[in-house]
Amino acid sequence: MKELTLPLSKKTVKELKAGDSVLISGTIMTARDCAHKRLFSLLDDNKPLPFDLKDAVIYYAGPCPAKPEQPSGSCGPTTSARMDVFAPRLLNLGLGAIIGKGEMSDEVRKAVKDNCAVYFAAIGGAGALYADAIKKSECIAFDDLLSEAVYKLEVVNFPAVVAYDCHGGSIY
Amino acid sequence: MRKINTQTIENKIYEMALKAGVNLTPSCKTALKKAYETEDGGAAKFALKTLCDNAEIANKKDMPVCQDTGMAVVILEIGQEVFLEGKPLKTAVNDAVRRAYADGYFRKSICDPITRVNTTDNTPAAIHIEICEGDKIKITYLPKGFGSENMSRLYMLKPAQGVDGIIDAIVETVRLAGSRPCPPVYVGVGIGGSFDTCAYLAKKAITRDIGTHNEREDIAQIEKTALEKINALNIGCQGFHGKTTALGVSCEWLPTHIAGLPVAVNIQCHCIRCEKEII
Repeated sequence: MKELTLPLSKKTVKELKAGDSVLISGTIMTARDCAHKRLFSLLDDNKPLPFDLKDAVIYYAGPCPAKPEQPSGSCGPTTSARMDVFAPRLLNLGLGAIIGKGEMSDEVRKAVKDNCAVYFAAIGGAGALYADAIKKSECIAFDDLLSEAVYKLEVVNFPAVVAYDCHGGSIY
Repeated sequence: MRKINTQTIENKIYEMALKAGVNLTPSCKTALKKAYETEDGGAAKFALKTLCDNAEIANKKDMPVCQDTGMAVVILEIGQEVFLEGKPLKTAVNDAVRRAYADGYFRKSICDPITRVNTTDNTPAAIHIEICEGDKIKITYLPKGFGSENMSRLYMLKPAQGVDGIIDAIVETVRLAGSRPCPPVYVGVGIGGSFDTCAYLAKKAITRDIGTHNEREDIAQIEKTALEKINALNIGCQGFHGKTTALGVSCEWLPTHIAGLPVAVNIQCHCIRCEKEII
Protein backbone atom coordinates (compact mmCIF):
# COMPACT_ATOMS: atom_id res chain seq x y z
CA MET A 1 0.00 0.00 0.00
CA LYS A 2 1.64 3.28 -1.15
CA GLU A 3 1.05 6.43 0.87
CA LEU A 4 0.71 9.52 -1.31
CA THR A 5 0.70 13.17 -0.26
CA LEU A 6 -0.84 15.79 -2.56
CA PRO A 7 0.11 17.57 -4.73
CA LEU A 8 1.82 14.69 -6.54
CA SER A 9 5.21 15.32 -8.11
CA LYS A 10 5.71 14.02 -11.66
CA LYS A 11 8.37 11.71 -10.22
CA THR A 12 5.77 10.12 -7.90
CA VAL A 13 3.21 9.88 -10.70
CA LYS A 14 5.72 8.02 -12.87
CA GLU A 15 6.25 5.45 -10.12
CA LEU A 16 2.54 4.57 -9.99
CA LYS A 17 1.37 1.50 -11.87
CA ALA A 18 -2.19 0.45 -12.69
CA GLY A 19 -3.37 -1.91 -9.95
CA ASP A 20 -1.36 -0.31 -7.12
CA SER A 21 -3.34 0.25 -3.93
CA VAL A 22 -2.74 3.70 -2.46
CA LEU A 23 -3.72 5.88 0.50
CA ILE A 24 -4.09 9.54 -0.50
CA SER A 25 -3.70 12.52 1.86
CA GLY A 26 -4.12 16.19 0.98
CA THR A 27 -6.60 18.52 -0.72
CA ILE A 28 -9.07 17.33 -3.37
CA MET A 29 -12.03 19.04 -5.08
CA THR A 30 -15.36 17.37 -5.76
CA ALA A 31 -17.08 17.99 -9.08
CA ARG A 32 -19.64 15.91 -10.93
CA ASP A 33 -22.03 16.40 -13.86
CA CYS A 34 -23.52 19.86 -13.22
CA ALA A 35 -20.35 21.36 -11.70
CA HIS A 36 -18.39 20.34 -14.81
CA LYS A 37 -20.93 22.10 -17.03
CA ARG A 38 -20.42 25.27 -14.98
CA LEU A 39 -16.62 24.93 -15.08
CA PHE A 40 -16.79 24.58 -18.86
CA SER A 41 -18.98 27.68 -19.20
CA LEU A 42 -16.38 29.65 -17.23
CA LEU A 43 -13.57 28.32 -19.41
CA ASP A 44 -15.51 29.14 -22.60
CA ASP A 45 -16.06 32.71 -21.34
CA ASN A 46 -12.37 33.08 -20.34
CA LYS A 47 -13.40 33.58 -16.72
CA PRO A 48 -11.38 32.31 -13.75
CA LEU A 49 -12.26 28.92 -12.24
CA PRO A 50 -13.10 28.63 -8.52
CA PHE A 51 -9.84 26.71 -7.98
CA ASP A 52 -6.46 26.46 -9.70
CA LEU A 53 -6.44 23.47 -12.06
CA LYS A 54 -2.65 23.16 -12.05
CA ASP A 55 -1.81 19.84 -10.31
CA ALA A 56 -5.27 19.82 -8.71
CA VAL A 57 -7.17 16.60 -8.03
CA ILE A 58 -10.84 16.33 -8.98
CA TYR A 59 -12.96 13.75 -7.19
CA TYR A 60 -16.13 12.71 -9.02
CA ALA A 61 -18.44 12.72 -6.03
CA GLY A 62 -21.59 14.25 -4.60
CA PRO A 63 -21.67 13.85 -0.81
CA CYS A 64 -24.60 13.41 1.53
CA PRO A 65 -25.14 16.41 3.83
CA ALA A 66 -22.95 16.28 6.94
CA LYS A 67 -24.54 15.86 10.35
CA PRO A 68 -23.66 18.71 12.70
CA GLU A 69 -20.86 16.79 14.44
CA GLN A 70 -19.33 15.39 11.24
CA PRO A 71 -16.86 16.99 8.78
CA SER A 72 -18.62 15.28 5.86
CA GLY A 73 -21.56 13.05 5.06
CA SER A 74 -21.10 9.81 3.10
CA CYS A 75 -18.91 10.55 0.12
CA GLY A 76 -17.97 7.70 -2.21
CA PRO A 77 -17.17 8.08 -5.91
CA THR A 78 -19.70 8.37 -8.73
CA THR A 79 -19.41 6.72 -12.17
CA SER A 80 -16.54 8.44 -14.00
CA ALA A 81 -17.72 7.56 -17.51
CA ARG A 82 -20.27 10.39 -17.39
CA MET A 83 -17.34 12.79 -17.18
CA ASP A 84 -15.60 11.34 -20.28
CA VAL A 85 -16.62 14.43 -22.25
CA PHE A 86 -15.03 16.78 -19.70
CA ALA A 87 -11.85 15.11 -18.47
CA PRO A 88 -9.46 15.47 -21.47
CA ARG A 89 -9.78 19.28 -21.66
CA LEU A 90 -9.15 19.67 -17.91
CA LEU A 91 -6.19 17.27 -18.01
CA ASN A 92 -4.73 19.25 -20.93
CA LEU A 93 -5.06 22.39 -18.80
CA GLY A 94 -2.94 20.90 -16.02
CA LEU A 95 -5.29 18.84 -13.84
CA GLY A 96 -2.99 16.43 -12.00
CA ALA A 97 -5.29 13.57 -11.13
CA ILE A 98 -8.87 12.30 -11.25
CA ILE A 99 -10.59 10.13 -8.67
CA GLY A 100 -13.78 8.28 -9.59
CA LYS A 101 -15.00 4.79 -10.30
CA GLY A 102 -15.18 2.58 -13.36
CA GLU A 103 -13.68 2.61 -16.82
CA MET A 104 -13.34 5.86 -18.78
CA SER A 105 -12.96 6.44 -22.54
CA ASP A 106 -9.82 5.85 -24.59
CA GLU A 107 -9.58 9.64 -25.02
CA VAL A 108 -9.34 10.07 -21.24
CA ARG A 109 -6.80 7.30 -20.96
CA LYS A 110 -4.71 9.00 -23.67
CA ALA A 111 -5.02 12.41 -21.97
CA VAL A 112 -3.87 10.87 -18.67
CA LYS A 113 -0.81 9.48 -20.46
CA ASP A 114 -0.06 12.60 -22.54
CA ASN A 115 -0.17 14.86 -19.46
CA CYS A 116 1.65 12.54 -17.06
CA ALA A 117 -1.45 12.46 -14.87
CA VAL A 118 -3.17 9.60 -13.06
CA TYR A 119 -6.71 8.24 -12.69
CA PHE A 120 -7.46 6.68 -9.32
CA ALA A 121 -10.44 4.38 -8.78
CA ALA A 122 -12.00 4.82 -5.38
CA ILE A 123 -14.20 1.97 -4.13
CA GLY A 124 -17.76 2.65 -5.26
CA GLY A 125 -20.39 2.15 -2.60
CA ALA A 126 -18.05 2.76 0.33
CA GLY A 127 -19.49 6.19 1.16
CA ALA A 128 -19.38 5.86 4.96
CA LEU A 129 -15.77 4.66 4.94
CA TYR A 130 -14.74 7.61 2.74
CA ALA A 131 -16.50 10.06 5.05
CA ASP A 132 -14.16 8.75 7.75
CA ALA A 133 -11.14 9.77 5.61
CA ILE A 134 -12.47 13.33 5.14
CA LYS A 135 -11.28 15.63 7.90
CA LYS A 136 -12.61 18.91 6.53
CA SER A 137 -15.13 19.90 3.86
CA GLU A 138 -15.92 23.35 2.51
CA CYS A 139 -18.22 24.31 -0.35
CA ILE A 140 -16.17 26.67 -2.55
CA ALA A 141 -18.42 27.09 -5.60
CA PHE A 142 -21.90 26.61 -7.07
CA ASP A 143 -23.59 26.05 -3.69
CA ASP A 144 -27.00 26.15 -5.42
CA LEU A 145 -26.11 22.76 -6.89
CA LEU A 146 -26.34 21.17 -3.41
CA SER A 147 -24.55 17.80 -3.52
CA GLU A 148 -23.31 18.64 -7.02
CA ALA A 149 -21.47 21.77 -5.86
CA VAL A 150 -17.66 21.97 -5.65
CA TYR A 151 -16.43 20.93 -2.20
CA LYS A 152 -12.82 21.35 -1.13
CA LEU A 153 -11.97 18.27 0.94
CA GLU A 154 -9.01 17.63 3.21
CA VAL A 155 -8.48 13.87 3.19
CA VAL A 156 -6.20 11.59 5.18
CA ASN A 157 -5.46 8.01 4.09
CA PHE A 158 -8.15 7.97 1.43
CA PRO A 159 -8.02 4.44 -0.10
CA ALA A 160 -7.93 4.03 -3.88
CA VAL A 161 -6.45 1.92 -6.64
CA VAL A 162 -4.45 3.24 -9.62
CA ALA A 163 -6.83 2.71 -12.56
CA TYR A 164 -4.94 4.47 -15.40
CA ASP A 165 -1.26 5.24 -14.95
CA CYS A 166 0.84 7.76 -16.88
CA HIS A 167 2.44 5.00 -18.95
CA GLY A 168 -0.86 4.05 -20.62
CA GLY A 169 -1.56 1.14 -18.23
CA SER A 170 -5.10 0.28 -17.13
CA ILE A 171 -6.49 -1.97 -14.43
CA TYR A 172 -9.64 -2.68 -16.47
CA MET B 1 -63.39 -3.77 5.77
CA ARG B 2 -60.35 -2.56 7.71
CA LYS B 3 -59.71 1.16 8.03
CA ILE B 4 -56.10 2.33 7.80
CA ASN B 5 -55.14 5.98 8.05
CA THR B 6 -52.54 6.97 5.46
CA GLN B 7 -50.60 8.64 8.30
CA THR B 8 -49.86 5.12 9.60
CA ILE B 9 -48.46 4.21 6.18
CA GLU B 10 -46.42 7.43 6.08
CA ASN B 11 -44.90 6.77 9.50
CA LYS B 12 -44.02 3.20 8.57
CA ILE B 13 -42.35 4.25 5.29
CA TYR B 14 -40.45 6.99 7.14
CA GLU B 15 -38.98 4.39 9.52
CA MET B 16 -38.19 2.02 6.66
CA ALA B 17 -36.47 4.76 4.65
CA LEU B 18 -34.26 5.78 7.58
CA LYS B 19 -33.28 2.18 8.22
CA ALA B 20 -32.69 1.33 4.55
CA GLY B 21 -30.33 4.27 3.99
CA VAL B 22 -27.77 3.04 6.50
CA ASN B 23 -28.12 -0.76 6.27
CA LEU B 24 -27.44 -3.38 3.64
CA THR B 25 -29.90 -6.29 3.57
CA PRO B 26 -28.65 -9.33 5.57
CA SER B 27 -28.48 -11.43 2.38
CA CYS B 28 -26.36 -8.73 0.71
CA LYS B 29 -23.93 -8.59 3.64
CA THR B 30 -23.59 -12.38 3.62
CA ALA B 31 -23.02 -12.44 -0.15
CA LEU B 32 -20.32 -9.74 0.02
CA LYS B 33 -18.53 -11.56 2.83
CA LYS B 34 -18.63 -14.80 0.83
CA ALA B 35 -17.30 -12.98 -2.27
CA TYR B 36 -14.44 -11.58 -0.18
CA GLU B 37 -13.55 -15.01 1.18
CA THR B 38 -13.70 -16.58 -2.30
CA GLU B 39 -11.48 -13.99 -4.01
CA ASP B 40 -7.79 -14.95 -4.26
CA GLY B 41 -6.20 -11.54 -3.84
CA GLY B 42 -5.32 -8.34 -5.63
CA ALA B 43 -7.36 -5.18 -6.02
CA ALA B 44 -10.72 -7.03 -6.13
CA LYS B 45 -10.14 -8.61 -2.71
CA PHE B 46 -9.00 -5.22 -1.35
CA ALA B 47 -12.20 -3.64 -2.71
CA LEU B 48 -14.44 -6.36 -1.24
CA LYS B 49 -12.77 -5.94 2.15
CA THR B 50 -13.38 -2.18 1.89
CA LEU B 51 -17.07 -2.82 1.17
CA CYS B 52 -17.47 -5.18 4.15
CA ASP B 53 -15.75 -2.61 6.41
CA ASN B 54 -17.92 0.17 4.97
CA ALA B 55 -21.14 -1.67 5.87
CA GLU B 56 -19.97 -1.94 9.48
CA ILE B 57 -18.95 1.74 9.67
CA ALA B 58 -22.28 2.86 8.18
CA ASN B 59 -24.26 0.81 10.69
CA LYS B 60 -22.14 1.87 13.66
CA LYS B 61 -22.12 5.57 12.80
CA ASP B 62 -25.69 5.64 11.46
CA MET B 63 -24.39 7.03 8.14
CA PRO B 64 -25.61 6.23 4.63
CA VAL B 65 -23.84 3.12 3.32
CA CYS B 66 -23.52 4.87 -0.04
CA GLN B 67 -23.81 8.60 -0.71
CA ASP B 68 -26.24 7.77 -3.52
CA THR B 69 -29.21 7.33 -1.22
CA GLY B 70 -31.16 6.77 -4.38
CA MET B 71 -34.55 7.35 -5.86
CA ALA B 72 -37.12 6.04 -3.40
CA VAL B 73 -38.96 3.11 -4.99
CA VAL B 74 -42.07 2.20 -3.01
CA ILE B 75 -44.21 -0.83 -3.82
CA LEU B 76 -47.57 -0.98 -2.05
CA GLU B 77 -49.55 -4.22 -2.23
CA ILE B 78 -52.90 -3.20 -0.81
CA GLY B 79 -55.54 -5.71 0.22
CA GLN B 80 -58.91 -4.93 -1.38
CA GLU B 81 -60.61 -5.06 2.02
CA VAL B 82 -58.60 -2.06 3.19
CA PHE B 83 -60.33 1.32 3.36
CA LEU B 84 -57.81 4.15 3.25
CA GLU B 85 -58.61 7.33 5.13
CA GLY B 86 -56.65 10.51 5.75
CA LYS B 87 -54.42 12.42 3.33
CA PRO B 88 -54.06 11.13 -0.25
CA LEU B 89 -51.92 7.99 -0.36
CA LYS B 90 -49.27 9.37 -2.74
CA THR B 91 -48.95 12.51 -0.65
CA ALA B 92 -48.38 10.34 2.43
CA VAL B 93 -45.65 8.35 0.65
CA ASN B 94 -43.88 11.48 -0.58
CA ASP B 95 -44.16 13.13 2.84
CA ALA B 96 -42.48 10.06 4.37
CA VAL B 97 -39.64 10.29 1.85
CA ARG B 98 -39.26 14.05 2.34
CA ARG B 99 -39.04 13.70 6.15
CA ALA B 100 -36.66 10.72 6.06
CA TYR B 101 -34.22 12.33 3.61
CA ALA B 102 -34.08 15.48 5.73
CA ASP B 103 -33.82 13.77 9.13
CA GLY B 104 -31.41 11.06 7.91
CA TYR B 105 -29.04 13.58 6.27
CA PHE B 106 -29.49 11.63 3.03
CA ARG B 107 -28.53 13.08 -0.33
CA LYS B 108 -31.34 14.63 -2.33
CA SER B 109 -30.80 13.26 -5.82
CA ILE B 110 -34.02 13.94 -7.70
CA CYS B 111 -34.09 16.68 -10.33
CA ASP B 112 -36.01 18.01 -13.32
CA PRO B 113 -34.98 15.90 -16.34
CA ILE B 114 -34.54 18.93 -18.60
CA THR B 115 -33.39 21.84 -16.43
CA ARG B 116 -31.61 19.49 -13.94
CA VAL B 117 -32.85 21.68 -11.07
CA ASN B 118 -33.00 19.61 -7.87
CA THR B 119 -36.42 19.12 -6.21
CA THR B 120 -34.42 19.50 -2.92
CA ASP B 121 -36.36 16.87 -0.95
CA ASN B 122 -35.82 13.67 -3.00
CA THR B 123 -39.46 13.54 -4.07
CA PRO B 124 -41.31 12.36 -6.00
CA ALA B 125 -40.82 8.71 -5.14
CA ALA B 126 -41.40 6.01 -7.77
CA ILE B 127 -44.66 4.56 -6.43
CA HIS B 128 -46.17 1.27 -7.59
CA ILE B 129 -49.59 0.24 -6.28
CA GLU B 130 -51.03 -3.25 -6.61
CA ILE B 131 -54.42 -4.29 -5.33
CA CYS B 132 -54.50 -7.81 -3.93
CA GLU B 133 -56.58 -10.03 -1.63
CA GLY B 134 -56.99 -9.47 2.09
CA ASP B 135 -57.03 -6.61 4.56
CA LYS B 136 -53.32 -5.87 4.93
CA ILE B 137 -50.79 -3.65 3.18
CA LYS B 138 -47.38 -4.98 2.22
CA ILE B 139 -44.80 -2.21 1.81
CA THR B 140 -41.51 -2.73 -0.02
CA TYR B 141 -39.04 0.15 0.14
CA LEU B 142 -36.01 0.18 -2.17
CA PRO B 143 -33.74 3.24 -2.41
CA LYS B 144 -32.31 2.75 -5.91
CA GLY B 145 -28.92 4.16 -6.89
CA PHE B 146 -28.52 5.38 -10.44
CA GLY B 147 -24.97 4.29 -11.27
CA SER B 148 -26.49 0.85 -11.68
CA GLU B 149 -29.90 2.01 -12.92
CA ASN B 150 -28.12 3.70 -15.86
CA MET B 151 -26.72 0.35 -17.00
CA SER B 152 -30.13 -1.36 -17.20
CA ARG B 153 -31.67 -2.48 -20.52
CA LEU B 154 -34.90 -3.60 -22.09
CA TYR B 155 -34.91 -6.10 -24.96
CA MET B 156 -37.85 -6.91 -27.20
CA LEU B 157 -36.65 -10.35 -28.33
CA LYS B 158 -38.22 -12.55 -30.97
CA PRO B 159 -40.07 -15.60 -29.59
CA ALA B 160 -37.69 -17.84 -31.60
CA GLN B 161 -34.76 -16.58 -29.51
CA GLY B 162 -36.20 -18.43 -26.50
CA VAL B 163 -34.26 -19.28 -23.35
CA ASP B 164 -30.86 -18.85 -25.02
CA GLY B 165 -31.86 -15.35 -26.14
CA ILE B 166 -32.97 -14.47 -22.61
CA ILE B 167 -29.69 -15.64 -21.08
CA ASP B 168 -27.67 -13.82 -23.76
CA ALA B 169 -29.58 -10.58 -23.05
CA ILE B 170 -28.88 -10.85 -19.31
CA VAL B 171 -25.19 -11.60 -19.78
CA GLU B 172 -24.77 -8.93 -22.47
CA THR B 173 -26.26 -6.26 -20.20
CA VAL B 174 -23.76 -7.06 -17.44
CA ARG B 175 -20.87 -7.28 -19.93
CA LEU B 176 -21.67 -3.90 -21.49
CA ALA B 177 -22.06 -2.33 -18.03
CA GLY B 178 -18.54 -3.52 -17.18
CA SER B 179 -16.96 -1.68 -14.27
CA ARG B 180 -19.45 1.18 -14.26
CA PRO B 181 -22.45 0.00 -12.16
CA CYS B 182 -20.40 -0.88 -9.04
CA PRO B 183 -20.04 -4.62 -9.47
CA PRO B 184 -20.55 -7.15 -7.98
CA VAL B 185 -24.10 -6.49 -9.12
CA TYR B 186 -27.45 -8.10 -8.37
CA VAL B 187 -29.36 -8.66 -11.59
CA GLY B 188 -33.14 -8.27 -11.64
CA VAL B 189 -34.80 -9.70 -14.74
CA GLY B 190 -38.32 -9.39 -16.06
CA ILE B 191 -39.39 -12.01 -18.60
CA GLY B 192 -42.59 -11.55 -20.59
CA GLY B 193 -45.46 -9.15 -20.00
CA SER B 194 -45.46 -5.94 -22.04
CA PHE B 195 -42.85 -3.18 -22.51
CA ASP B 196 -43.92 -1.53 -19.23
CA THR B 197 -44.86 -4.48 -17.01
CA CYS B 198 -41.65 -6.28 -17.99
CA ALA B 199 -39.54 -3.41 -16.63
CA TYR B 200 -41.56 -3.42 -13.40
CA LEU B 201 -41.02 -7.17 -13.02
CA ALA B 202 -37.26 -6.60 -13.26
CA LYS B 203 -37.46 -4.01 -10.49
CA LYS B 204 -39.53 -6.34 -8.31
CA ALA B 205 -37.01 -9.12 -8.92
CA ILE B 206 -34.35 -6.99 -7.20
CA THR B 207 -36.44 -6.90 -4.01
CA ARG B 208 -36.08 -10.68 -3.64
CA ASP B 209 -33.33 -11.83 -1.27
CA ILE B 210 -30.04 -12.92 -2.80
CA GLY B 211 -29.80 -16.69 -2.90
CA THR B 212 -33.53 -17.28 -3.41
CA HIS B 213 -34.79 -18.73 -6.68
CA ASN B 214 -37.94 -18.48 -8.73
CA GLU B 215 -40.51 -21.16 -7.88
CA ARG B 216 -40.63 -22.28 -11.51
CA GLU B 217 -37.85 -24.79 -12.14
CA ASP B 218 -37.18 -23.63 -15.73
CA ILE B 219 -36.96 -19.97 -14.66
CA ALA B 220 -34.71 -20.89 -11.71
CA GLN B 221 -32.45 -22.66 -14.20
CA ILE B 222 -32.19 -19.43 -16.24
CA GLU B 223 -31.10 -17.63 -13.06
CA LYS B 224 -28.40 -20.23 -12.33
CA THR B 225 -27.07 -20.45 -15.90
CA ALA B 226 -26.98 -16.67 -16.33
CA LEU B 227 -25.13 -16.23 -13.02
CA GLU B 228 -22.53 -18.79 -14.02
CA LYS B 229 -21.95 -17.07 -17.37
CA ILE B 230 -21.77 -13.62 -15.75
CA ASN B 231 -19.17 -14.73 -13.24
CA ALA B 232 -17.11 -16.19 -16.08
CA LEU B 233 -16.86 -12.63 -17.54
CA ASN B 234 -14.05 -11.82 -15.09
CA ILE B 235 -15.22 -8.23 -14.55
CA GLY B 236 -14.98 -8.66 -10.77
CA CYS B 237 -15.55 -6.28 -7.90
CA GLN B 238 -15.32 -2.67 -9.16
CA GLY B 239 -14.09 -3.99 -12.52
CA PHE B 240 -10.79 -5.06 -10.94
CA HIS B 241 -11.30 -8.62 -12.34
CA GLY B 242 -12.00 -11.68 -10.23
CA LYS B 243 -14.47 -14.42 -9.49
CA THR B 244 -17.54 -12.44 -8.42
CA THR B 245 -19.10 -10.12 -11.00
CA ALA B 246 -22.65 -10.74 -9.78
CA LEU B 247 -24.00 -11.75 -6.39
CA GLY B 248 -27.09 -13.25 -7.95
CA VAL B 249 -29.65 -13.24 -10.76
CA SER B 250 -33.34 -12.96 -9.88
CA CYS B 251 -36.04 -13.48 -12.53
CA GLU B 252 -39.76 -12.80 -12.42
CA TRP B 253 -42.16 -13.62 -15.25
CA LEU B 254 -45.57 -12.87 -16.73
CA PRO B 255 -47.40 -14.28 -19.75
CA THR B 256 -46.66 -12.27 -22.89
CA HIS B 257 -48.04 -11.75 -26.42
CA ILE B 258 -47.65 -14.52 -29.04
CA ALA B 259 -45.55 -12.11 -31.13
CA GLY B 260 -43.04 -11.09 -28.47
CA LEU B 261 -40.55 -11.94 -25.76
CA PRO B 262 -39.75 -8.84 -23.68
CA VAL B 263 -36.75 -9.14 -21.36
CA ALA B 264 -35.89 -6.32 -18.96
CA VAL B 265 -32.59 -6.36 -17.10
CA ASN B 266 -32.45 -4.01 -14.11
CA ILE B 267 -28.99 -3.75 -12.61
CA GLN B 268 -28.64 -3.26 -8.85
CA CYS B 269 -25.20 -2.41 -7.44
CA HIS B 270 -23.68 -4.34 -4.52
CA CYS B 271 -25.23 -1.82 -2.14
CA ILE B 272 -28.62 -3.49 -1.73
CA ARG B 273 -30.88 -1.61 0.65
CA CYS B 274 -34.42 -2.96 0.82
CA GLU B 275 -36.97 -3.00 3.62
CA LYS B 276 -40.24 -4.94 3.77
CA GLU B 277 -43.07 -4.47 6.25
CA ILE B 278 -46.70 -5.51 6.56
CA ILE B 279 -49.31 -3.27 8.14
